[in-house]
Amino acid sequence: MRNLILIAMITFLGFSAQAQTKKNKNLKYTTEVNGNCEQCKKRIEKAAYGVPGVKTATWDISSHQLAVILNEEKSSTADLNAAVAKAGHDTKEVKATDVAYENLHSCCKYEREK
Amino acid sequence: MQKNIMLFVVFLLSVSAFSQENLEEVKITKKQKGIKKSYTLTSNTSLITSKELLKAACCNLAESFETNPSIDVNFSDALTGTKQIKMLGLTSPYLMITEENIPSVRGASQAYGLSFTPGTWIESVQITKGAGSVINGYESISGQINTELLKPLNDVPFFLNAYGSTDSRFELNTHFNKKISDKWATSLFVHGNARVAKNDMNNDGFLDNPLGKQINVLNRYQYYDPESGLVSFINFRYMNDKKQTGEVDFDKDRDRGTTNHWGSEINTERFDVSTKIGYVFKDMPYQSIGFQNAFNSHKQDSYFGLNLYDIKQNSFYSNLIFNSIINNTMHKFTTGLNFSYDQYQEFVNANDYSRIDNSVGAFFEYTYDNTDNFSVILGGRVDNHNRLGFFVTPRLHVRYNPWKNGVIRFSAGRGKRSANIFAENQQLFASSRTFSILDNNGKIYGLNPEIAWNYGISFSQKFKIFNKNAEAGFDFYRTDFQNQAVVDIMQSPQDVLFYNLKGSSFANSFQFEFNYELIHNLNLRTAYKYYDIQTDYLRGTFQRPLQAKHRFLGNLEYETTMNNDKQWKFDFTFNWSGKQQLPYTASNPAADQFPEFSPSYAVMNAQVTRVFSSVFEVYVGGENIGNYKQQKAILGANDPFGPNFDASVAYAPIFGQMYYAGLRFKIK
Repeated sequence: MRNLILIAMITFLGFSAQAQTKKNKNLKYTTEVNGNCEQCKKRIEKAAYGVPGVKTATWDISSHQLAVILNEEKSSTADLNAAVAKAGHDTKEVKATDVAYENLHSCCKYEREK
Repeated sequence: MQKNIMLFVVFLLSVSAFSQENLEEVKITKKQKGIKKSYTLTSNTSLITSKELLKAACCNLAESFETNPSIDVNFSDALTGTKQIKMLGLTSPYLMITEENIPSVRGASQAYGLSFTPGTWIESVQITKGAGSVINGYESISGQINTELLKPLNDVPFFLNAYGSTDSRFELNTHFNKKISDKWATSLFVHGNARVAKNDMNNDGFLDNPLGKQINVLNRYQYYDPESGLVSFINFRYMNDKKQTGEVDFDKDRDRGTTNHWGSEINTERFDVSTKIGYVFKDMPYQSIGFQNAFNSHKQDSYFGLNLYDIKQNSFYSNLIFNSIINNTMHKFTTGLNFSYDQYQEFVNANDYSRIDNSVGAFFEYTYDNTDNFSVILGGRVDNHNRLGFFVTPRLHVRYNPWKNGVIRFSAGRGKRSANIFAENQQLFASSRTFSILDNNGKIYGLNPEIAWNYGISFSQKFKIFNKNAEAGFDFYRTDFQNQAVVDIMQSPQDVLFYNLKGSSFANSFQFEFNYELIHNLNLRTAYKYYDIQTDYLRGTFQRPLQAKHRFLGNLEYETTMNNDKQWKFDFTFNWSGKQQLPYTASNPAADQFPEFSPSYAVMNAQVTRVFSSVFEVYVGGENIGNYKQQKAILGANDPFGPNFDASVAYAPIFGQMYYAGLRFKIK
């Protein structure tokens, strides 16, 4: 019985320790991602969904805004930006490598910002 | 007839008095398609927008499918004029018909329920072919039809629709809408219709259309608070419908219950209350919870000659739904509970079939969508019903886009239901047939529950011909009955037999569809449909009576470009129906026989709408302008209390051509 109480206390303490980092389980995060077309949309969203903790991801073709809901306990917004850039799309935070960009389909070769 | 024309003229004159109103407002509206077919939805669903509903003459939900390839509109019988619908060759009892996702046409309301929703109330209709979702219940076998009514928060403050036709039917629809606060809005819909004059165009001494009166009132409230994520609807509805049919000389006060003249009255009174409450979780737009409750009381008192039929159904339905995701929105699920309670008081002549049905069930539906070209919905439910027992209902839908603008779909599922044999087949009371139930071991009128599996596959492709949009597609569905409450009118013209299926019963349906924009603003829609619906009856295997094997639908719509809010719209629909198996009548004297098969025939409808402004429009049209009439509509019409009388066989229009006019007026 004492062991049980001990375990319960430890678990409880563990929980409260976690709570102090204040990681948002449902962080609404929007960032600008460069791209052109329907095909880009699929690639960007696919990349975003590949990041653990991403619950929804929608990229808007006209505004270039990628809107996600992210569980920060699993990944950071930096991870998200990195993953999208890795797929070949520049984000506001992270630029894609030239190799990744060159690998894009011709219709997806958006104009890169300097 | 002259009286009708007079009424019609008076009506038109009153119409023009309205047209002098002149309100100026400019609004740019996007061109909307009448039928929208999605290439990304998992199920084979088409959406009928209000624009498509305006193409039909009028007037209620039953009549709004005439331009739709997925649904066939049939004529139910020579008396009541009520249009019955079929999907995949099966009648509406095999469909799940819901209004804002609450089951609406079921049980006692099966025969006339669709005619109790006025067309102007409808915002859109979603039609799903095949098994359908498990969320609303286990009963759907060949498809689902969900009707969305106009929403108080985005409706116009006032709407008026008046309609009159040469078959002396008149309708008036008035909608009032008010925003009570920024979160509350209410609508009041008042519908009235009447058919005031007697018509007998085929001179058989019987009315071609029933005399009728209907009053239908809906008051609904909507609450929406985007900040808290709370949504709610509260609806109150009252409907009273009276029909009188039969011989022209029948006087209900004098002749009811006698054999002076054959006559029938069908009086229905209905009261509905429904509430919905939904909550979308804060910061989690993918997660929501909904709770629906509906109570209705439906009472039909009727007689058909000397046959008495009264049914009253009190129902309560409750549904709790929770939607969320697993990891991310590529994996969604919906789960919840249903409860339903139906109390029937049903009397067929001297027999009392009153009973109580109740069921409780739980469902779970998982959706995977790769956000690109593939999705699958896997659903299941378990139910415990006091007559159907404990059972499991699985359903599966798969969608795949193999290439651009192409979609392949597959669905499979099981449905189970208790057949309300009298309510669903009440047109047969209008005959001298004796009703017999041959089984007595089952729990539903002595019969067993109906169980069927439905499988379907479909393909659609969009492409361009001469740079104009075109679309072609086909689908094939099969329904296999494991048990069916067989309605046998193939045995004898003096009998209708009900019994559990012995042997096999199936419905195969194949549809080929081709749509093309011929020139700018001129759209062609065509569909060919093949049905093979066979049932093993006592006397042998036959095609289901009153079902055409081949059907063809063509619809041509043209609209001028909107100029200063003014516009012309033209619509033409061609419906061809091949020969139909008719009920067995060969043992009758020659004069009282139908041939084995009906002739094929075509019906053409046309309509012209003139939009004078965004607030006012007038329409005129004709139905059955080829004036095709079923020659012999009623067997034994000269001796309606004799052994050969049968008014239940309608394979074609009874009334010939019909012309109508109407107007729509809005205050924005």
